[in-house]
Amino acid sequence: MEKNVALKDTTLFFGFAAVILLLPILLEPIGANYPDLLQKIAIFGIFAIGFNILFGLTGYLSFGHAAFIGIGSYMTLWSFKLLTMNVVPAIMFSVILAGVFAYIIGFVSLRRSGIYFSILTLAFAQMCYSLAYSVLTPITNGETGLQTRAIRKSSETSLLDGDIRIIDQAFGVQELGVPTTNFFGMAMSGYTGFYFCAVLLIVCFFIAQRITRSNFGIMLKAIKSNQNRLNYTGIHTRPYLITAFVISGMYAGLAGSLMAATDPIAGAERMQWTASGEVVLMTILGGVGTLVGPVLGAGIIKYAEQKVSSWNEGILESFFSFLPETLQHFMANLGVLFVGEGWHTTLGLLFMIIVIFLPGGIMEGIRRIGAKFSRKKPEADTNAAAPQPAE
Amino acid sequence: MDAIFLQFLNGLDKGGAYALIALGLTLVFGTLGVVNFAHGALFMMGAFCAVTLQRLLNISYERVSETETDFLGKPLKEQVPYLQDIVGTDTAAWIGDYSVPLSIFLAIIVMGIVGVIMERGLIKHFYKRPHADQILVTFGLAIVVGELIRHYYGANPIPQSAPNSVSGSANVGEWFGLGPNVIYPWWRLVYFAFSATVIFGVFAFLQFTTFGMVVRAGMQDREMVGLLGINIERKFTIVFALAAIVAGVAGAMYTPILPPDYNMGMDFLVLSFVVVVVGGMGSLGGAVLAGFLLGILQSFASMQAVQNLIPGISQIIVYLIAVIVLLTLPRGLLGRKGVMED
Repeated sequence: MEKNVALKDTTLFFGFAAVILLLPILLEPIGANYPDLLQKIAIFGIFAIGFNILFGLTGYLSFGHAAFIGIGSYMTLWSFKLLTMNVVPAIMFSVILAGVFAYIIGFVSLRRSGIYFSILTLAFAQMCYSLAYSVLTPITNGETGLQTRAIRKSSETSLLDGDIRIIDQAFGVQELGVPTTNFFGMAMSGYTGFYFCAVLLIVCFFIAQRITRSNFGIMLKAIKSNQNRLNYTGIHTRPYLITAFVISGMYAGLAGSLMAATDPIAGAERMQWTASGEVVLMTILGGVGTLVGPVLGAGIIKYAEQKVSSWNEGILESFFSFLPETLQHFMANLGVLFVGEGWHTTLGLLFMIIVIFLPGGIMEGIRRIGAKFSRKKPEADTNAAAPQPAE
Repeated sequence: MDAIFLQFLNGLDKGGAYALIALGLTLVFGTLGVVNFAHGALFMMGAFCAVTLQRLLNISYERVSETETDFLGKPLKEQVPYLQDIVGTDTAAWIGDYSVPLSIFLAIIVMGIVGVIMERGLIKHFYKRPHADQILVTFGLAIVVGELIRHYYGANPIPQSAPNSVSGSANVGEWFGLGPNVIYPWWRLVYFAFSATVIFGVFAFLQFTTFGMVVRAGMQDREMVGLLGINIERKFTIVFALAAIVAGVAGAMYTPILPPDYNMGMDFLVLSFVVVVVGGMGSLGGAVLAGFLLGILQSFASMQAVQNLIPGISQIIVYLIAVIVLLTLPRGLLGRKGVMED
């Protein structure tokens, strides 16, 4: 039995790694094999995996995870501006800083549970968002957003408009205009950028898998199923929760950092609470508490966002051209609510449909279909992977 | 002194809006046990009832003017609202002027229907589901409503004007003997009075009617009320519709103060949730108290003197208060024992 689980995990991990690395080929038939989208899928995959460590395992619904995305992005940009265009230090600093913030926010928010926890994290995220737009503009550059610039000519230029890049300068890197971000010389754009993110995604997946299977992960699941009983048994649950919160915050910080690394601009709108809502949706769509689900959800949402928001009325007209003319216009007018600018309507509807009909997400759907076709009930598996709605 | 008094007044109308939204939110939570993230969207729908009424009143046809001519001497074409033909010019002008207060009636009808449909169609199925599911499904609904509004009304805020008779400023200072500098927009005073009336009405309804008694009993112990042979689910629908109406009229009346746009619901939702949590989940008095308290604190925090002392405080004061209150008084200011204690 024990061996079986380990073997299954290894297979799952290698299968996952292979799928992620082959994404550019696999997604070609549906026209999603361009690096920009692939990068986004990988980055949001990381974000969703991290979110799932908190929400999926412990059942604590955080509505403030976008704050860590913002923190990671800003930190990365500052590393680019002050130290070097190499992404490695930027990512390290971002993850550490996000971890520190997660510890502080988690320390306070985790004193309460249930909906109070959601509101507290939401309050903290909104605080970060408001501050980024107001008092912290010297650091965040307000609505314009923080960007990398050319090396400043004189020390009077503000750091927002001219960079110094101490390390790059010490190594005598020649810069023409604004340089691109790189990983030891490899530019972080196009497929290089995607593979960089993909490798990190696989590493993150591995860590998440280890966490889920470890004693620590089992403790987190125990917190989800009955925290009171744990307390009565004499187990202090808070340290476990804080650790989970910090880990998921660091995942979000990494995701934010990668967002800034592949596209070096950071704005506060990344921290808005609708962004936190998006990651919740990704996790739920894929399957709460499952390992692959969140990545699947992230992929689907990002792909759909790209596709649906590029459609317009003309495309709809031709799509419904098999219908009689009046009906065609009617359908096109109805459809225009959901495409292009109206992508968020689709997102919201999707959100509702998933929560109403399939709280376990796509993975639950697959499992149900699988159970219909196979005679024997995989009892052990249902216990481990059955995504229960969180309390 | 004058400045402080003005800020206090400033806080009152904002606090009134918070209190009205939070009141409905906590009413729904206390009776139905549902966390409704779409409540801000209901407030916004109310605001757009006012916009819709104004547009309806202005539906017009074109006719050739009898008196005016253009520069070539040809008769000018003019737009005539249908309303003008139906009720006459003077009445039409009066109705147009008072379109915002009149939109309350439209808001009551529309929001009542919306509330019933929403409760019967969606919320009903979520009584037994975990709070996380309720949050998520209503959050999705809020997004959909916001986007539909954006589709039909555009992304820009649509300014509404208060009736002429109350569009100026009141010399409040004179009433209290504070000097001539203390002037304040009439409409905001009207809004405060209005919100106080509605709050009073809701409390009176719950306190002095049989229906209200059942609702209060339901807040105490839902199961017991059911066992006593009262169809509590039927009452729930009405309670939800009532909450929707309160949010709706609050939104409709707020339009002259803040031009409504499709994001309005989300902005107010976060704040009013904070208000409910600070006041205490399921406590009606707490919601009202916390609504006014946070509104007033917020307007004090935006004073220049305070801003100089602690920069950025006006942006975060509400959240800061929420954090402090939740950590020191876990049940909120007036929270009752046994509500939402996991």
